[in-house]
Amino acid sequence: MNDTLAGWLQALALMAALTLSHRPLGDHIARCLTTSRHLRPERVVYRAGGVNPDADQTWAAYLRGVLAFSLVSMLFLYGFQRLQDHLLLSLDMKPVPADLAFDTAASFVTNTNWQSYSGESTMGHLVQMAGLAVQNFVSAAVGIAVVAALIRGFTRERTSQVGNFWADLTRIVLRVLLPIAFVFAIALLAAGVVQNLHGVQAVTTIAGDHQSITGGPVASQEAIKELGTNGGGFYNANSAHPFENPTAFTDLLEIYLLLVISCSLPRTFGTMVGDRRQGYAVLAVMGVIWVASVAAVTANELHSVSSSAGHAAGGMMEGKEQRFGVWASALFAASTTLTSCGAVNSFHDSYTPGGGGLLIFNMMLGEIAPGGTGSGLYGILVLAIFAVFMAGLMVGRTPEFLGKKIRSREMKFASLYILATPVIVLIGAGVAMALPGERAAMANPGPHGFSEVLYAFTSAANNNGSAFAGLRADTVWYNTALGLTMLFGRFLPMVFVLALAGTLAGQRPVPVTAGTLPTHRPLFVGLLTGVILVVVGLTFFPALALGPLAEGLHR
Amino acid sequence: MSPHLPSTLRQHLSALRMLLTLTVVTGIAYPLAVTGVGQLAFEHQADGSLVEDHGTPVASSLLGQNFALPKKNPDDASEALRPAPEWFQPRPSAADAGKGAGPYDPTSSGASNLGPNNPRLVTTIAERRAAVAAFDGVGPASVPADALTASGSGLDPDISPAYAYQQVNRVAKTRGLPAGRVRKLVTDHLRGRDLGFLGQERVNVIELNHDLGRLG
Amino acid sequence: MTTSPAPRQPRRVSGGLLDPRQLVASFPDAVRKLDPRLMVRNPVMFVVGVGAALTTLSALKNPGVFPWVITAWLWLTVVFANLAEAVAEGRGKAQAETLRRARTGTTARRLPSWRPGTAAPPEEEVPAASLRPGDHVVVEAGQIIPGDGDVVEGVASVDESTITGESAPVIRESGGDRSAVTGGTKVLSDRIVVKITSKPGETFIDRMIALVEGAARQKTPNEIALNILLASLTVVFLVAVATLQPFAVYAGAEQSIVVLVALVVALIPTTIGALLSAIGIAGMDRLVQRNVLAMSGRAVEAAGDVNTLLLDKTGTITLGNRQAARFLPVGGVGADELADAAQLSSLADETPEGRSIVVLAKQRHALRARTEGELAHTTFVPFTARTRMSGVDVDGRRIRKGAAAAVGAWVTEAGGTVGEDVREAAERISQSGGTPLVVAVRDADGARVLGLVHLKDVVKEGIRERFEELRAMGIRTVMITGDNPLTARAIAEEAGVDDFLAEATPEDKMALIKREQAGGKLVAMTGDGTNDAPALAQADVGVAMNTGTSAAKEAGNMVDLDSNPTKLIEIVEIGKQLLITRGALTTFSIANDVAKYFAIIPAMFAAVHPGLDKLNIMRLHSPTSAITSAIVFNALIIVVLIPLALRGVRYRPTSAAALLGRNIWIYGLGGVVLPFLGIKLIDLAVQYVPGLH
Repeated sequence: MNDTLAGWLQALALMAALTLSHRPLGDHIARCLTTSRHLRPERVVYRAGGVNPDADQTWAAYLRGVLAFSLVSMLFLYGFQRLQDHLLLSLDMKPVPADLAFDTAASFVTNTNWQSYSGESTMGHLVQMAGLAVQNFVSAAVGIAVVAALIRGFTRERTSQVGNFWADLTRIVLRVLLPIAFVFAIALLAAGVVQNLHGVQAVTTIAGDHQSITGGPVASQEAIKELGTNGGGFYNANSAHPFENPTAFTDLLEIYLLLVISCSLPRTFGTMVGDRRQGYAVLAVMGVIWVASVAAVTANELHSVSSSAGHAAGGMMEGKEQRFGVWASALFAASTTLTSCGAVNSFHDSYTPGGGGLLIFNMMLGEIAPGGTGSGLYGILVLAIFAVFMAGLMVGRTPEFLGKKIRSREMKFASLYILATPVIVLIGAGVAMALPGERAAMANPGPHGFSEVLYAFTSAANNNGSAFAGLRADTVWYNTALGLTMLFGRFLPMVFVLALAGTLAGQRPVPVTAGTLPTHRPLFVGLLTGVILVVVGLTFFPALALGPLAEGLHR
Repeated sequence: MSPHLPSTLRQHLSALRMLLTLTVVTGIAYPLAVTGVGQLAFEHQADGSLVEDHGTPVASSLLGQNFALPKKNPDDASEALRPAPEWFQPRPSAADAGKGAGPYDPTSSGASNLGPNNPRLVTTIAERRAAVAAFDGVGPASVPADALTASGSGLDPDISPAYAYQQVNRVAKTRGLPAGRVRKLVTDHLRGRDLGFLGQERVNVIELNHDLGRLG
Repeated sequence: MTTSPAPRQPRRVSGGLLDPRQLVASFPDAVRKLDPRLMVRNPVMFVVGVGAALTTLSALKNPGVFPWVITAWLWLTVVFANLAEAVAEGRGKAQAETLRRARTGTTARRLPSWRPGTAAPPEEEVPAASLRPGDHVVVEAGQIIPGDGDVVEGVASVDESTITGESAPVIRESGGDRSAVTGGTKVLSDRIVVKITSKPGETFIDRMIALVEGAARQKTPNEIALNILLASLTVVFLVAVATLQPFAVYAGAEQSIVVLVALVVALIPTTIGALLSAIGIAGMDRLVQRNVLAMSGRAVEAAGDVNTLLLDKTGTITLGNRQAARFLPVGGVGADELADAAQLSSLADETPEGRSIVVLAKQRHALRARTEGELAHTTFVPFTARTRMSGVDVDGRRIRKGAAAAVGAWVTEAGGTVGEDVREAAERISQSGGTPLVVAVRDADGARVLGLVHLKDVVKEGIRERFEELRAMGIRTVMITGDNPLTARAIAEEAGVDDFLAEATPEDKMALIKREQAGGKLVAMTGDGTNDAPALAQADVGVAMNTGTSAAKEAGNMVDLDSNPTKLIEIVEIGKQLLITRGALTTFSIANDVAKYFAIIPAMFAAVHPGLDKLNIMRLHSPTSAITSAIVFNALIIVVLIPLALRGVRYRPTSAAALLGRNIWIYGLGGVVLPFLGIKLIDLAVQYVPGLH
């Protein structure tokens, strides 16, 4: 079988698997978010947590829950890292420096998992599993909880209540994330991912040299790292590391895991709003962008487009693993940058200008195709509101989406949402580039060096976490700047989404007539895709021109 | 919960209790359960797919190793490793903390992160091409890409079949073995794509060299 | 049968033409609007203004052709935006002048102690402006009515042409639904006493002046929402350009302030920002041109959203009166005999029904309508509410026509009998939606029924198609009628309305509106009577007829000066067109940015990254000519689109999906393609300007 056919087959197999799970998983999540029944383990959690899972919250109370939980998580994780030398299983790792601990805490609480540190030389096992990996679960659950509140904004009428954050959080962790993570952790384990509590094991190598073989609870963390679109690797090399991702089969499992929840949530959405076609339309937009991006990245890498190193080596294998090759690497790279996951099975810094530029562009889209767990869906729904507004005007009606009018109040929150992330990215990158000292952290010269900085802030603000990893970002300045970027990039949009949920829930729905803009037809799918591409393209074109385009275009 | 506390504080205390509860479930119980299953059912994989020589682990079949000549000065961290001609050579590696543990250091996994047009990378590739061609006694044009580029992890245990076959003559000659026998060994270690269509064909250098060592 | 052809309304909503002279005439106003205090209300154009000021400073510091050309065109961009607004406002100004003339200098003859029935109350002369609600004034032939109010005594013909433009006088009389008079209109005959209902300065004419001048204009909800979108796009582009400088410095291509400002202005949505208020004013203006006064822009917007139209049957769906369609003789009476009797009895009947009987008899039975003079010993008996019959006594024959019960009683009274066949025929006519009129006679042969006249509502020509269009637009039509359900159903089916409300009382109307609104629907209706007022106030779009009472006019949010209920449909179209124009130009404006990037980015950076010259797909002559061309295009497109903003984009009633598809192609794709051509053409000219190559 040749590479091309194998490459296509692996993409098709992935899509087939996602299609198969779309319905059952989407429906399962919808049930979790709508049922009023508590399972026994959940009651135990509620009692231990001292929360009342049956009290419906206003959007503001829901938001306070999200923020309180995240703040406490931040502090807890920060303290954990600072005190790790006093804890079990520390492997004699030193306390994490304050700036790096802040950056890392912000990174994991915001579902970004940007890593300024190298896992195998910084974090002990206990911090990894009881600190970082816990955030992998809960930060993913927070994202889904927030989109649940937004969906309820569409489905509820004339109420100020959007659900109970603690119940949503607990159910998503216990009923969705934990069971899937457990099953896939075992599968990954069986396929070769390590899972032990060993420290470093010194061996005399086959050639008589010495090598330190690392251990750790990797499989359990790997499963949730992908499933929760977190992406923080146990090891520095992330999913390129053979202990995290030993074979092309585990690689496919990991890509599947990082896409599966976000690809199923549109079903949840369609089910909850009582019109599955709405979910399919959203999924179609995600799918179109994903397919196009995978194809474009793959094409650039296969043909070493505009890469002198690629031409010199006869292939874009720098930073890629032999067991994966270009096809599986490009598939992973496009998927991880479109999902806010940020795990990598190959190193993006060495991608072609076009391929790497597309990866940056993927993140600039706002992580919506299909995006992070929960955040992808709420991101695309806010963009849909934006598109509906323009389209609604063009059909001569005050725009409405799913029966809710897009008035100035809704438009205000949607606009602020759409404004927030690009402004954070551009200001962060702008400041970094204006400071010659910080600019010097780039590892590559010329436009590619600028791309590294642009990538860093795009990744942080969009909570992706992957990097053009040449950038030496473990400095006080970058740890602080990127930490703040991640926090603003996560929680500002959440504030606006929840406020939007609140104002939508308060509305009385408008009936659907022939004059209503249909939001489930191909025309709207095309329009929404176009609006996303054009709005993002226009915002970032100058920056991209000086980075990937300047590098990739030759006279 | 005490009703006298201000509501903000009460909310944060609740949040903390929820976090701790969920930490017990997802941060302690879950990884220990997976570890338990792993140690019971998949001990070999769970411990790192170790390759043993007479009961002593010498490698993980998943992690590449250096197959280099002894250093002239073992204490000189900056001395570049020279490939040992009697072994199949893995890909170039950037997993090198520069502390003397050399490349293929699992405590320092990672890539070169050199850009696609970085002149240093272009030069390095050209140098590698010349060096590898000379070392293996082949034409520079025929050296495959994986022999010239550092992997993402720096721990890639695999090389392409082309690179493996390219090394047969040199290894056989150095070891004084018939080339056909070495070639057959390589062929025995060829691994196709997973499930027939996933990833790329490859040869695991660790397993190959381990068996090569036992061959004599 | 004679159905006079329904006067077809001008079908499509079209605006007045834009006279190029208007552009010139409005120019001074446009310059006056450069006042920063006014500019700040439009965030997009304010940014352009600030940018122009910056480039002016920069050009003063480092003079050159390029900075000055850019500066000049940036100021022109602002002026053009103001020009659009000034032109839109200017169209209302002329109308306001006429109205003002009608208002100024009126004096009023106040009756301080007027009570109903006072014969010659004392009067005093006061300025019209000092009248308070509750004052009574007397107005006689030739005098101007000093303020809005209701006639409480007398009847007069009034010339309302100042506000309606209609020269034919109208009758205003005390009591009933034709009692409202408007200040500034002229009494042509007789004498009336008017009770003033408006406060000084808040008369209908005052409000009308404010409306047509645009002075009372407030941003509508949708305009606010759109402004938020435009402002946020502006912020994004400002940040994108501001942060571009450090990136450019790193690339070794630091940019001048002129170029950066030019890029910002090219990117922010200036086209829609410049035209937005003009679109709103023009929307109101289009209504004014159709003789509809909207009391707020919000009402016009709501009109576009309407889900349910409540239409009065009479005058809107049917021609306004029933017409005789058939003679049905009974009991062996000849058809001609019946027709003759019916015609005779209707000769003095000036109601449309009566006239239609005369006409039908003439057409079907060749019976010439005799003039009253031809007939000797003739006494006409007019219709009264008590007898519910009308007729004629001629040569000893007494002919009566009227409702079946009344005429039946009249026959039985005189010893005649009313056969079962009469009752059956009447029933049949009723069931088919018509009105039976029984014709009977008392003569030498006794009292007997001659037969029936079938009166029928005549549905307006073309109305059915109109309703089909409305249905395609997602608008449900509900016919409101006082008829019984049987009649109502028949007419509803013939006209093709979606639903009907029969035997409607004002309370029923109100309940219907509330029911629709509870389902989230927006309801539009017309009304004229005082008892319509609560429903008009409740409806989202309430169009009061100008002939109606002042209570009705007060309650509605639009007044139709022509008092033509069919206009509701046009109002809906204008509302939709207003929103579509906004959406289309917003899309166009954003789509334009693509081409501008392809002009400006290579111009900025091709010097340091020669590869970026590949993006110069228009092959523009030089960096300066490229940037200049983009800015010139950006300014000119505003002027080019002023007529479209004033006229509104073409609107054809169809489904939302079809409309969207069409507008995306024209304004989205067109918006991407057009500037490529425009900028290239401008560049071909600009490259010859010395200092720009």
